[in-house]
Amino acid sequence: MSQTRRQMLIDPLVDNNPITLQVLGICSALAVTSSLQVAFVMSLAVTFVTAFSSMFISMLRNHIPGSIRIIVQMVIIASLVILVDQVLKAYAYEISKTLSVFVGLIITNCIVMGRAEAFAMKNPPVASFIDGIGNGLGYGLILMLVGFFRELFGAGSLFGITIFETVNNGGWYVPNGMLLLPPSAFFIIGLIIWAFRAWKPAQVEEREYKIQTVESH
Amino acid sequence: MEGLLSLAVKAIFVENLALSFFLGMCTFIAVSKKISTAIGLGVSVMVVQAITVPANNLILTYLLAPGALSWAGFSDVDLTFLGLISYIGVIAALVQILEMVLDKYFPPLYNALGVFLPLITVNCAILGGSLFMVERDYNFAESVTYGFSSGFGWALAITAMAGVREKLKYSDIPDGLQGLGITFITAGLMAMAFMSFSGVKL
Repeated sequence: MSQTRRQMLIDPLVDNNPITLQVLGICSALAVTSSLQVAFVMSLAVTFVTAFSSMFISMLRNHIPGSIRIIVQMVIIASLVILVDQVLKAYAYEISKTLSVFVGLIITNCIVMGRAEAFAMKNPPVASFIDGIGNGLGYGLILMLVGFFRELFGAGSLFGITIFETVNNGGWYVPNGMLLLPPSAFFIIGLIIWAFRAWKPAQVEEREYKIQTVESH
Repeated sequence: MEGLLSLAVKAIFVENLALSFFLGMCTFIAVSKKISTAIGLGVSVMVVQAITVPANNLILTYLLAPGALSWAGFSDVDLTFLGLISYIGVIAALVQILEMVLDKYFPPLYNALGVFLPLITVNCAILGGSLFMVERDYNFAESVTYGFSSGFGWALAITAMAGVREKLKYSDIPDGLQGLGITFITAGLMAMAFMSFSGVKL
């Protein structure tokens, strides 16, 4: 694997993360992270769809007329999502029930469309495929991080295996129920963004207004 | 009638698409910097949602559901697996038609909403509304109510968010939280506030 290909794969993980920097694909990132297992399946599904849709769109890029490209992209993405949906229903029915509408919503996940539009329309298939995998992994990374905190502190377990014995089962840990509720996902992503930007100050956004510094006498 | 009213209240407040299912978050975060644009987008979402959910309900009942094609002589055909692709097609087509109709007959409205309409095709709130309608087996009257009120709830949330953000830009926020970070935390606080509606039943 050449240097640039590796760059393409690693870059979206932290330096150009689709969620924390490009603000893409947040909907599902927040909704499916209350347990790690579900978050893991969702990451796999999104990575699969992003990689293959980028590849197919890139293969067809010279044949798609500009005016109808969105519809063509939609059809390719929707077909891949139907494939994922049917496979999940057949082999992981429980998880597909928990994910409910969010599998279908991969179609409108901005990461998939965003990469198709921004990268795959201009680059050859193999590069687009790698770019798709990279962005899928970047998305997965945040999803797993959020899922890790929510499941560990909200239910005292990881992947359904008990880590902290909760009080209800005779242990010592009082689970923080709020972490299983929707608002906590917002807080955790907000804090993750803070952590990322403290680590990489280049990502900090400009202020619109500066607070005047007052000289002390 | 009472059932429909309670469905509407539930869709607007308790199961708010933006704040408890996180649908349409990308646009919710990206377009909530100014109140006027937020209202424009909110109204467009409401209109599109109120049309697409009932339209997709008709498609499901008369074309896709198991046995739905019996009027054409195919009584044992089940096309539900084509659901996703048909819904997104209907949404894309309706948004396009709406754009053309507005442009032709209501130019002022088109100028106000025009820029947001293409964005709406890829807004998860729209597709999400249709998918929830399928999952919860709404009939036609229920899907009209649900479409309208879930769109209204979304519009309410984004307008409130824009109001908060307009004030927020004057405050002294740690550098790393500036912009995106604090927006998420604000949205979290709003989601908590909306959760207090969850006990309300009509």
